[in-house]
Amino acid sequence: MKLPLIWLHDYCRPDVSASELASRLALTGTEVDRILHHGVSEADCFIVGRVLSAERHPDADRLSVCIVATGEGDTAQIVCGAPNVAAGQTVAVAQPGAVMPDGTKLGKAKLRGVESSGMILAEDELAIGSDHAGIMILDEDLVPGTPLAEVLPISTDVLELEITPNRPDCLSVYGVAREVHAATDAPLTAPPWQEDSGSAGRVPGFDARVEAGDLCPRFTLRLFEDVKIGPSPPWLKARLSAAGQRPISNVVDITNYVMLLTGQPMHAFDADTVAGGILTVRRAREGETLTTLDGVQRPLDPDVCLIEDAAGPTSIAGVMGGARSEVSESTTRVLMEAATWNGPNIQRTSTRLGLRTEASGRFEKQLSPEAAMEAQAIATKLMVELCGARVVEGTIDVLEPVGSAPFDEIELADRTVERILGVAIPREECAAILTRLGFETRDAGEGLNVRVPHWRRDDVAREADLVEEVARIWGLDRLPVTLPSRRDAVGRLDVAQQLRRRAEDVLTGCGLSEAIGWSFAAPSFPQRLGLADSDPRSRFVTLANPMSEDQSVLRTTLLVSLLDNVRTNRARGNHDVKLFECGTVYVRREATDAAAHSGPGASERDAAVAPSAQRDAVLPVESTHVAALLTGSLRPVSWREPQPPQADYFAVKGVLAALLDALRVPWEVQAASEPFLHPGRSARILIGGLDAGWLGELHPTIVGGWDIASAAGFELDWATVAQAAVHVPHYRDVTSFPAVRQDLAVVVSDDVTAEEVLDQLRSAGGKLLRKAEVFDVYRGEQVGEGRASLAIRLEFGADDRTLTDEEVGVRRAKIVSTLAERLGGELRG
Amino acid sequence: MSAMDQLKQIRFEAQAAIEAAASSAQLEQARVEHLGRKAELPNLLRGVASLPPAERGSVGKAANQLRKELEAALETRQSDLERAELDARLATDVVDVTLPASPVVPVGRLHLVTATRREVEDIFLGLGFRVAEGPEVEHAYYNFDGLNFNSSHPARLWTDTFYVSEDVLLRTHTSPMQVRAMELHAPPLYLIIPGRVYRRDSDATHTPQFHQVEGLAVDEDITLGDLNGTLTTFARAVFGDERKIRLRPHFFPFTEPSVEVDVSCFNCRDGFVRDGSRCPLCKGTTWIEILGAGMVDPNVFEYVREFGYDPDRYTGFAFGMGLERIAMLKHGVTDLRLFYDNDLRFLEQFG
Ligand SMILES: [Zn+2]
Repeated sequence: MKLPLIWLHDYCRPDVSASELASRLALTGTEVDRILHHGVSEADCFIVGRVLSAERHPDADRLSVCIVATGEGDTAQIVCGAPNVAAGQTVAVAQPGAVMPDGTKLGKAKLRGVESSGMILAEDELAIGSDHAGIMILDEDLVPGTPLAEVLPISTDVLELEITPNRPDCLSVYGVAREVHAATDAPLTAPPWQEDSGSAGRVPGFDARVEAGDLCPRFTLRLFEDVKIGPSPPWLKARLSAAGQRPISNVVDITNYVMLLTGQPMHAFDADTVAGGILTVRRAREGETLTTLDGVQRPLDPDVCLIEDAAGPTSIAGVMGGARSEVSESTTRVLMEAATWNGPNIQRTSTRLGLRTEASGRFEKQLSPEAAMEAQAIATKLMVELCGARVVEGTIDVLEPVGSAPFDEIELADRTVERILGVAIPREECAAILTRLGFETRDAGEGLNVRVPHWRRDDVAREADLVEEVARIWGLDRLPVTLPSRRDAVGRLDVAQQLRRRAEDVLTGCGLSEAIGWSFAAPSFPQRLGLADSDPRSRFVTLANPMSEDQSVLRTTLLVSLLDNVRTNRARGNHDVKLFECGTVYVRREATDAAAHSGPGASERDAAVAPSAQRDAVLPVESTHVAALLTGSLRPVSWREPQPPQADYFAVKGVLAALLDALRVPWEVQAASEPFLHPGRSARILIGGLDAGWLGELHPTIVGGWDIASAAGFELDWATVAQAAVHVPHYRDVTSFPAVRQDLAVVVSDDVTAEEVLDQLRSAGGKLLRKAEVFDVYRGEQVGEGRASLAIRLEFGADDRTLTDEEVGVRRAKIVSTLAERLGGELRG
Repeated sequence: MSAMDQLKQIRFEAQAAIEAAASSAQLEQARVEHLGRKAELPNLLRGVASLPPAERGSVGKAANQLRKELEAALETRQSDLERAELDARLATDVVDVTLPASPVVPVGRLHLVTATRREVEDIFLGLGFRVAEGPEVEHAYYNFDGLNFNSSHPARLWTDTFYVSEDVLLRTHTSPMQVRAMELHAPPLYLIIPGRVYRRDSDATHTPQFHQVEGLAVDEDITLGDLNGTLTTFARAVFGDERKIRLRPHFFPFTEPSVEVDVSCFNCRDGFVRDGSRCPLCKGTTWIEILGAGMVDPNVFEYVREFGYDPDRYTGFAFGMGLERIAMLKHGVTDLRLFYDNDLRFLEQFG
């Protein structure tokens, strides 16, 4: 909201600069976005003048050469282009040196050869109104030479305020004046509605009926006759302009002025167009429509509140009027409405209709019913003063009893203030602050009894709310700087959190950078990955209101994010890309799924007994995954390695091994594919016999969909990894009894996997065989077609003795015979 | 020639030969010549037994001594020669030291969000807080109702929040975990909650997903002063020891009083940077907004009263900050969207 300081000063005028006021307001809870200047600068150069003579310009039909009295007997020759300029007029004059609202500086000039020192001003040139039809004619009583600023608000600072939704009272000049008074202790004038020239009682010929009392706590009408529609006086136009409202005509300007001053929107009906003289407030009927002022026909429903007369609906209550009952130039009788509407309902209506107006934005924050009559009082005064109108005896006032219920007192105990703030504030100081804010306080032994003013009724209802009021005005900069006493509080990461950091560090150590992808994906992603409909990863969560089709569902696999990220990088010229992500995937729950939530917070929460279990049953299953995707060279090209190895199956298996071995997770792989993987270069990752994820080179057709020629990666379920990690390793003696190392080369058929060989080897080796690793593979003439030779390094050892050659020999013989029997393996060399 | 004279002669010749050897090969030759099987000294030693008994002792002793002496001289000469030969070999083995290094696999980097998250976590771990996470797809109850958002609060609008169904949404903040955590743990509770959150917004300073860290401390005597001290400690740890913070009153449904927290600008002096222009970071105000906070609203405690949170006995503070915002301020990143492009040239600058 825009607050012209010149207007604020009518009610409260603290002795501080605009920027000091702004920072004081900011520190007491009214945020100031910025300070603007409205109108002219170098205001001294703007004065009142009188046109002594106006002659036609010798060389230009449309220009007049005027001699203007500028005070103390001085005159100035001014060339003026306005058609309405004439001798005898009192006018506004800008003298050389003046700075116009748009920033241009006025100098002496020659217009078609005639000297002109200054300018006779039109309204728009002063940013008072939009009128540029002619110059502005001022009151003839004014003395030439009088500074224009004494007569017209031609220059003011304007604070652009950001009002929080709980303070609709501050969407008004007087409301902010109250805050300024509280924040600075500068005196506050009595409210401008204190005197009301209107009266209560029935209004002859008119009536109102409220059928939807729950949506309309108060509905008031006043009737004005002999209304003369015309432009508003410059002071009113200037204020509205400075506050960002375009002046229109006196009656409409009055409703806007009252709204800006009090916060209460008003609506002016042309009384003679109100059919039947009766206005009814009711819910719309199913299927009903209404054409609003903006010419749009709008479908309504029973939650929309309407105002209608005998001829049908005229406006959507609290949101927008209809064209039929608007005030026009020929209006002579005005029915002025000020009503209170149900805030949430107004918000719902304006959201549903996609129609937000200045009025709806205020009503939706719930105004108090009392404000309606405050607005009527000021409007009445202005209608009489500015439109020559006569207020008709009486006020139609339909007031729901609930809205005016007396509110209780709230206790504010001294110790509560100290308990919440950590510092005691003397009771008298609390009372003084609350009084400045419009609260009534009474001493009550241990503290204060506080009565809340009507404009804060919705916002301040509890002791804590009062503490906030006191604290913000008292000054948050005076708070103590302390730390909590932290009884029994020990800060530490849990095991899963420590492991996750370790995992991230290992992967970055392996040369992979961490990506954070979008949780969102396009619904086509399962299809692009070749996933079957029955695949759980096709069970994505769909958003009801996505921002775009491409981001309308949630990912069920990190692969889709990583593919997107690799593509982005390649498109930008980064060809060797090694990325990992540790993030969440989301799978829609099926009716048969357990209700227990297994999200990333599972380690913090025992899902089985969680009070949230019932609510969680409707949530998708969230799991943390760790995935990596590599493409291009593993290492940069260098003079020593002109052709570094490319990211392939074994390269990512190496990264996987680094990760799982670092966490001390026992794991193995088993040849098996996924629809998106190379059928011959892919595997399942098994941890403790559980399927923990996939590993492999991506299928060329699939990565082709992301403009990638080849890539390899893996994806792991983090919970499975973390549960299998050995977090507290137990010491094993490695010095007392040295191990025996031996190599073995065995030739097996090509279709026997390394893992099968090692499996047999381990079972034959027994517990004395501590380690067995394949360190070379040979295929070729020497071993024969369809066969491979595996070189394996064996390590034998025992915890309690040094093994004898004989013991090792027995084990080795057993290994050799087992390999021969089970796998047809032959010892080589 | 007496045996003793003979020994003298052998010593003289052998020493000369050892000294004269210019290579390992020549030295070996000298060894064979003077100590080898057929050489004079071994012969003489073998013949000691046939000497007259009076000479036997002294000659034998002298001959043995000479043999040891020569063996030592050979060894010394051998190591001198080897050293010289190595020096010669190394002298010819010269590389161009200015050639590029043989690259080890360059380390990767943590994403800036993760790096910042760890930094924030570590500060609060030191202050006695634990770390918890919660679901991102959340029940409206936890995201709004349990946090005292009234039923018509604009944040609930479909224009602002992503919905999956009427009751299920993408959490708009990490605050729902406040309620979940209080349902599970009786006070005292000191917790921070990092995580991904979602809002329907997209421009240079808003992305539809971003990260927050929530903080929650509930105990018998938590005060707004404690919040002040905790956040001062945090701001100094992240932005420098000279930083100050200021609290500005604000409004959030789930805290009362509510504040916005500014940190004093670390980029300028009194709002102006070195070249005299207005500081772009704080826009000349000398303060930068970093987070929202407040005292836990008693209404929030009412929702979890049955789990041990009696609002008359316990007070608490809560705060929430955007990780990307902290990172952008600290590292001068100007466009939020960079965080989700995952361009290596961006990623490799941080972490
Ligand atoms: Zn600055």
